[in-house]
Amino acid sequence: MIQVVLPANLRTLAGVGRVVELELTAPVTQRSILDALESSHPALRGTIRDMTTKRRRPMIRFFACEEDWSDASPDAPLPDDVVAGKEPFLIVGAIAGG
Amino acid sequence: MSKVRVLVGTRKGAFVLSSDASRKKWKVEGPQFAGWEIYHVKGSPANPDRLYASQSSSWFGQVINRSEEGGKTWAPVGNQFAYEGEVGPHTWYDGSPHPYEFKRVWHLEPSLNDPDTVYAGVEDAAIFKTTDAGQTWNELPGLRTHRTASGWAPGAGGLCLHTILVDPKNHDRMYGAISSAGVFRTDDAGKTWEPINRGLRSNHIPDQDAEVGHCVHRIAMHPSRPNVLFMQKHWDVMRTDNGGESWHEISGDLPTDFGFVVDINANEPDTVYVIPITSDSLHYVPDGKLRVYRSKSGGNEWEALTNGLPQKDCYVNVLRDAMAVDALDPCGVYFGTSGGQVYASPDGGDTWAPIVHDLPGVLSVEVQTLA
Repeated sequence: MIQVVLPANLRTLAGVGRVVELELTAPVTQRSILDALESSHPALRGTIRDMTTKRRRPMIRFFACEEDWSDASPDAPLPDDVVAGKEPFLIVGAIAGG
Repeated sequence: MSKVRVLVGTRKGAFVLSSDASRKKWKVEGPQFAGWEIYHVKGSPANPDRLYASQSSSWFGQVINRSEEGGKTWAPVGNQFAYEGEVGPHTWYDGSPHPYEFKRVWHLEPSLNDPDTVYAGVEDAAIFKTTDAGQTWNELPGLRTHRTASGWAPGAGGLCLHTILVDPKNHDRMYGAISSAGVFRTDDAGKTWEPINRGLRSNHIPDQDAEVGHCVHRIAMHPSRPNVLFMQKHWDVMRTDNGGESWHEISGDLPTDFGFVVDINANEPDTVYVIPITSDSLHYVPDGKLRVYRSKSGGNEWEALTNGLPQKDCYVNVLRDAMAVDALDPCGVYFGTSGGQVYASPDGGDTWAPIVHDLPGVLSVEVQTLA
């Protein structure tokens, strides 16, 4: 199972805990994770990526296996450890403010 | 016995404040949507337990919530606000063209007779409508595509459509107010709009007779007299007696005529409330004193209402959607501050008391009068 970690405000919105588990078939990509996440939790539509363009919202970042995947192609295959559920796919709200 | 329910939007969540008709003892519930900016919460006049809330965040965008239980429980509904057709530019701060981009919903105005129909005023300025209780939102593009729209430029708060008023005697007539553009009126239920800013004078634009470009902060209508509107402009308190065909100034003897809110006593259409703010560079009340000003003559002669409000060392602001009146007699008046206080007067402004002291900064206040 893919492990997806959400920022606190989106957990509240979706009514879920820190980790959402998703069952996906290969290839597992940012797009397939977000499609499945929005399908299972419609309240998240538009909060992580634009509903029309599907572009990542500016103050959201995607991390996996200690790498920043935010600017990678949404169709790039994610690391095997994410696919195997050993490492989470992290959706992070950017630090802003002081 | 009647009850009142005050709906408060803050920078970090929504709160519901309830009381009986005495309006002395209050129950405080919240925060709902903790951590999110709640620009506006408003109930349907046709079904008061149906509430709508605008929940937004710079990180996570726009969410609309609906309650069927007067705010006890909520569920997210549709949040797609897509401009209709070709999207042209508006004018940016430096005068250059800037593409329209949806940022947030500032104001939700439920229909007077259909709980499933709601109008939404958004930034960048446009008006949307739902007829399915918020599941889908469609723009009424006649406003954003008005011939003057490419010249609209944002104020410091953004290019926001912040006020929507529906004429209770003629639902095809509505008014929309846009910060730094002005007031617009439709007489065909939103298909076409025309600017109604004659008589406004604004020193930040070179042409004092300009059709648009006036920074309107808020307009208010009494339901018994829909052709009379009161306006708090950036500077100046204004009034029209002919549905916006012409405006005249009623600032009179106010200590300053800068401010954001304006509202009208539910039982006395010529009793008007404003809260003067020092200036556009000093967004706090003058002289450290929080004073509501009331005119019982429809403007020009104003009296300071201070009983129960702090009269020293007070430096709060009151934002444009943060004042409301109930429908009881005597009329209750409510407002919320940037310091997180919500004040109530159960007697038309004669006396005041805080309902709560220490909420996050208040963005909006609405009140429902319940049977």
